[in-house]
Amino acid sequence: MTTATQSLLDTAKNPFALSHLDVLEAEAVHIFREVAGEFERPVILFSGGKDSIVMLHLALKAFAPAPIPFALLHVDTGHNFPEVIAYRDRVVAEHGLRLHVASVQEFIDDGRLRERPDGTRNPLQTVPLLDAIEGNKFDAVFGGGRRDEEKARAKERVFSLRDEFGAWDPRRQRPELWSLYNGRHAVGEHVRVFPLSNWTELDVWQYIERESIDLPQIYYAHEREVFARDGMWLTAGDWGGPKEGETVQKRLVRYRTVGDMSCTGAVDSDAATIEQVIAEIAASRLTERGATRADDKLSEAAMEDRKREGYF
Amino acid sequence: MTSTIEELTATSLLRFATAGSVDDGKSTLVGRLLHDSKSVLADQLEAVEHASRKRGQQAPDLALLTDGLRAEREQGITIDVAYRYFATPKRRFILADTPGHVQYTRNMVTGASTAELAVVLVDARNGVVEQTRRHAAVAALLRVPHVVLAVNKMDLVDYAEPVFAAIAAEFTAYAASLGLGDIVAIPISALAGDNVVEPSAHMDWYGGPTLLEHLETVQVTSDPSAEPARFPVQYVIRPQSEEHHDYRGYAGQLASGVLRTGDPVTVLPSGHTTTVAGIDVLGEQRELAWAPQSITVRLTEDIDVSRGDLIAAGPAPVPTKDVEATVCHLHERPLRAGDKVLLKHTTRTVRALVKEISYRIDIDSLEQLGDAQELNVNDIGHVLLRTAEPLALDDYADNRLTGSFLLIDPADGSTLTAGMAGEAFASSTAATALAPAASAAEEEWV
Repeated sequence: MTTATQSLLDTAKNPFALSHLDVLEAEAVHIFREVAGEFERPVILFSGGKDSIVMLHLALKAFAPAPIPFALLHVDTGHNFPEVIAYRDRVVAEHGLRLHVASVQEFIDDGRLRERPDGTRNPLQTVPLLDAIEGNKFDAVFGGGRRDEEKARAKERVFSLRDEFGAWDPRRQRPELWSLYNGRHAVGEHVRVFPLSNWTELDVWQYIERESIDLPQIYYAHEREVFARDGMWLTAGDWGGPKEGETVQKRLVRYRTVGDMSCTGAVDSDAATIEQVIAEIAASRLTERGATRADDKLSEAAMEDRKREGYF
Repeated sequence: MTSTIEELTATSLLRFATAGSVDDGKSTLVGRLLHDSKSVLADQLEAVEHASRKRGQQAPDLALLTDGLRAEREQGITIDVAYRYFATPKRRFILADTPGHVQYTRNMVTGASTAELAVVLVDARNGVVEQTRRHAAVAALLRVPHVVLAVNKMDLVDYAEPVFAAIAAEFTAYAASLGLGDIVAIPISALAGDNVVEPSAHMDWYGGPTLLEHLETVQVTSDPSAEPARFPVQYVIRPQSEEHHDYRGYAGQLASGVLRTGDPVTVLPSGHTTTVAGIDVLGEQRELAWAPQSITVRLTEDIDVSRGDLIAAGPAPVPTKDVEATVCHLHERPLRAGDKVLLKHTTRTVRALVKEISYRIDIDSLEQLGDAQELNVNDIGHVLLRTAEPLALDDYADNRLTGSFLLIDPADGSTLTAGMAGEAFASSTAATALAPAASAAEEEWV
């Protein structure tokens, strides 16, 4: 046995050893409590996707046995998966949460937003989001963004100051040292807070497994009517697909991310249990966003550009 | 047996930072670590290949994996700390990827503040240069417990052992004089892949681990029971529900040590003493908890405890309004004596006055320059502060979390300065004495 192996065994015997999930959990809970201690009107962005579900789970643990001192905000693109909306409403009822909904459809209907020619509504979320933040005077907005998702996000702070236009300026970010988070902001500004910054996709899935967290069923393999566009399987639906020349077929698929139906692709998969999903992700040669998000492929800096405008 | 080891080790986490001068090949090294540990996925590589082709480059430029912002790609430089994540079957890694430019000292300070290990990169052709000493000094200043000297570009010095040995000896002597503890030197070629992930076929004379092997196996867990408990109160939990009518819990993350039910504790800065009535770890009752767990503590007496207080067990710090500290200034606006600022220490933010800037440290020679009128961005210096309320500060040398603080501009909320209570280096006199010798040696290598 080498010395290196020996020292690892010693670590294993250490009664105070914590797993990486314990460490990430403790860090995320610390972030939730910092926000509760320093801000007046925080809100959790909740899409019904796995990252926001994990965020909510962490927030519930952080303040137990008291209820969480935050409301939820869902930016509804109008092109949501019905299973996800049902999940959202179930969770809100179960935990007695307050839910704000910012609706892209309403903004389109009353002329404040215009539908894009490609039908993608993901970039349109920024306007209703910022409107809801301003209207409700939210001063801290939790997002489920992870730095491993995308290289512009790799530069994101845990506490990320946004100006009165909701804009992110990557060159004027506050340095963030130790676990000392600076939440100072002027009236009209707000801070985006990312408790899952240091988590990877695999960490999120392993945590879901460890904590037995319930997810919308679309994360697990199921038969679905899909059609191919831009190298992805999109769900057929009222949102505008398939177009002429695109044929619908029934496939066994699952989703790695949940977002707007117009730009969130399914992957071929027979992973029907959490163990199978974890095994599949661990072996995947594609990143989560690369596999399933059309909007990030628009340009080399698509995410950075959207974040600058106030996107999460 | 094997499966048990795998199960246990695959869940440990190492936070480390890289530092290197502009042309030392740091981006290549980071790219190599990510690539060879199979942490770069097909679509990311495809994006890099596409971008490299668009730029007219022949081979995929691995630096594009890490330079994420428009301005960085335009200028071909890294302008800010970025965090990367990768994993091997043995360990998870969080890498603070910090730019090496002189003007970005603050970024290395930022990356090193959470790092358990720092990789200092040198070019084998140049040896220990000013930048190397600066990186070692920052690692020492931030009390990073483990340091790796990665002697890069060994392929350009014919993989010669004496070249490596001389650099390693010089660096080790210098680093030891700064009080840096565990130092490991590894000869590598990031470009060719020698000793980064795969052992080198060109350096039979080297019997040590590859860089990745060392990162996977270096022992970073300390024994919390050997440290006094420090628990900054973040938030008071009072459900006031039927079921939990009398529940009053103090929520926070243990900065150090172990807390047990029944432990006598002191609440600072008030100095009240009481005992731990119970501990809840995220909703579950436990007998004990240890750093860095986030927990909720209940106390036997209903004394006044609120956000910003420190619950301490064991030898407790004496609360003071006079803070002496080593600082790194982070903001373009200089810090001057007489400035009124906010000071954030753990969960407590108080008003503070910069009474004196005692000296600035020349980070290359480690000389103390006593005529400092102000600290400019990236300057490291020593200051005296007077706070409006007493703070329970530990020495940074004893506790990186309860010994550190931020100075914040009360006008616009900017983070101005990073502070570390106490003296800068474990043995600054020895370091100062050694600096001229190091400079002389450097010339041989340039």
